[in-house]
Amino acid sequence: MIIVERRPAVIVRPHRRRRRRPWPTIALFLAPALALFALLVLAPIVVAAYASFFEWNGFGVPTQFVGIDNFRRLLADEVFAGDLRRTLLLVGLSIGVQLPVSLALAMLLNQPLRGRRAYRMVFFAPYVLSEVVTAVLFTMIFSPNQGLANHVTKLIGLGDLGATWLADTDTVIYSLFLVISWKYFGFHTLLYLAARQSIPHELHDAAATDGASAWQAFRHITLPLLGPTIRISVFLSVLGTVQLFDMVWVLTGGGPIRSSETLAVTMFQEGFKRFHVGYASAISMAIFLISLVFGLLYQRFVLRRDLEGAVTTMGGHR
Amino acid sequence: MNRGSRVALHLVSILVGATIVVPIVFGVLGGFKDNGQLFTNPFGLPDPWLPGNYLDILGSGAFWRQAGNSLGIAIATTVLVVGIGAMAAYIFARYAFPGRELLFTTFAIGLMFPFAVAILPLFVLLRELGLLGNPLGVILPQVAFGLPVTIVILRGFFRGIPPEVEESATLDGAGPVRFFWRILLPMSRPALGTVSVLAVVGSWNNYLLPLIVFNDSRWWTLPLGVQQFQSQYSADTARILAYVTLAMLPALLCYAFAERQLVSGLTSGIGKG
Repeated sequence: MIIVERRPAVIVRPHRRRRRRPWPTIALFLAPALALFALLVLAPIVVAAYASFFEWNGFGVPTQFVGIDNFRRLLADEVFAGDLRRTLLLVGLSIGVQLPVSLALAMLLNQPLRGRRAYRMVFFAPYVLSEVVTAVLFTMIFSPNQGLANHVTKLIGLGDLGATWLADTDTVIYSLFLVISWKYFGFHTLLYLAARQSIPHELHDAAATDGASAWQAFRHITLPLLGPTIRISVFLSVLGTVQLFDMVWVLTGGGPIRSSETLAVTMFQEGFKRFHVGYASAISMAIFLISLVFGLLYQRFVLRRDLEGAVTTMGGHR
Repeated sequence: MNRGSRVALHLVSILVGATIVVPIVFGVLGGFKDNGQLFTNPFGLPDPWLPGNYLDILGSGAFWRQAGNSLGIAIATTVLVVGIGAMAAYIFARYAFPGRELLFTTFAIGLMFPFAVAILPLFVLLRELGLLGNPLGVILPQVAFGLPVTIVILRGFFRGIPPEVEESATLDGAGPVRFFWRILLPMSRPALGTVSVLAVVGSWNNYLLPLIVFNDSRWWTLPLGVQQFQSQYSADTARILAYVTLAMLPALLCYAFAERQLVSGLTSGIGKG
């Protein structure tokens, strides 16, 4: 998750010189955060990087150094290639389908509409459910006999179309996408709605006075002003997809025949089920590098113009 | 807006609303059916209503223990991450010292670290520390991973508080600890609310960490319980639906009561364009 920091209303002057002994205070207040973060976030990532160069079952100290063999194996691994393909597919579907639908819905909810508050509340509700609960609920919904999904497709005359859902290697990834969309599109809708409502009335009033059509007003006023929010929501969506685990693990376990497996699921299988901790660490590093490189490039080239003090601006003493 | 487009608007909203609501209602009603009813009558109301599945689960103790574990872990995580995060954010917002930006950036980049990357070495580390099977093994990593978002949001908020407030407090003889505790934190209630919501939701929904830390079902949280229940009764759809419904209920109730704060909390931090 990334946070857009707005320029503070008041410029904070760092005139701390009058304080005689700031160091004990600094140390006292920072120590707990630093200790926990270093021990439980940074150290594990460093250890994962280290372990990725070893053949290691996770017990004792890694001794069997294999250099970059794990990474070489990873690049040649069909499963890993499949994980990447599926991640790209899900990213494409999210950006191409889920987010535009969210945007359209936010525009709808911005209209004067009776019960708008109730709709808003309903659309957002799945976001508060855990991925596991959502996944178990949908496992039942996709169940071949008693599930809701097949009854619905039969009802609207598509009886044979979606009969298999999670059991078919061709459909499972799309079923997974449906569940992800069900859970998360309301979140994106709400982001867009909040941004839409912060656009001053005057702009649209002026456009209407000038005779702009609804589409023109959307295209030339709303959309550009929503730009920053859309770019953030794309960012969150991509990072979320790259790191997908809970939903897949519970919904399909990566199956059938690994056709819905994601990077994190493969890592979990290798590390916790087969005790190939070295190899699993290499997969961890791949997830980490993909997230980090994407995150930094995205911030550098896409978010840069939006953000005052983006999370990675270094050395910007303000 | 003319009448036609208003009707169309309502239709689309209702349709989308239905796709959200129907699965949840299917779960709630399904818990009152038996498997025969689910097969023959998937859409309608239960006939007859069979509360047995719900009553069994509510009387079993396992459900309550899991809900209690989830709640306790969420509260402990939230108190710790907000407290520790606020202390650090205060320093990052108000004190200039060499290396501050580098240190803050390290925390901020932590926003992009997924649990999944660190989970293997974290497991090994927790094993060495003897924290497997201990709620601290879940709470402390959750706090550590929650620090980035907490610190980034709170630092932004703390910076907006005029320095005059701190100066006058200092003139009145308040030290930094006193200022932080008595003035800064009470002034920051909205931001503390936001980060608390994020921490509670994150902890309540966490799955991977409890999964690897808790072997003993005594400590299981609701997500673990739901998944275990699903594999145990895999053939009994109605019973699983009842369990899922009961597991959804706390989150949905909480959401119904605190919708406004929760939504504004989540959207204010993120992407206000």
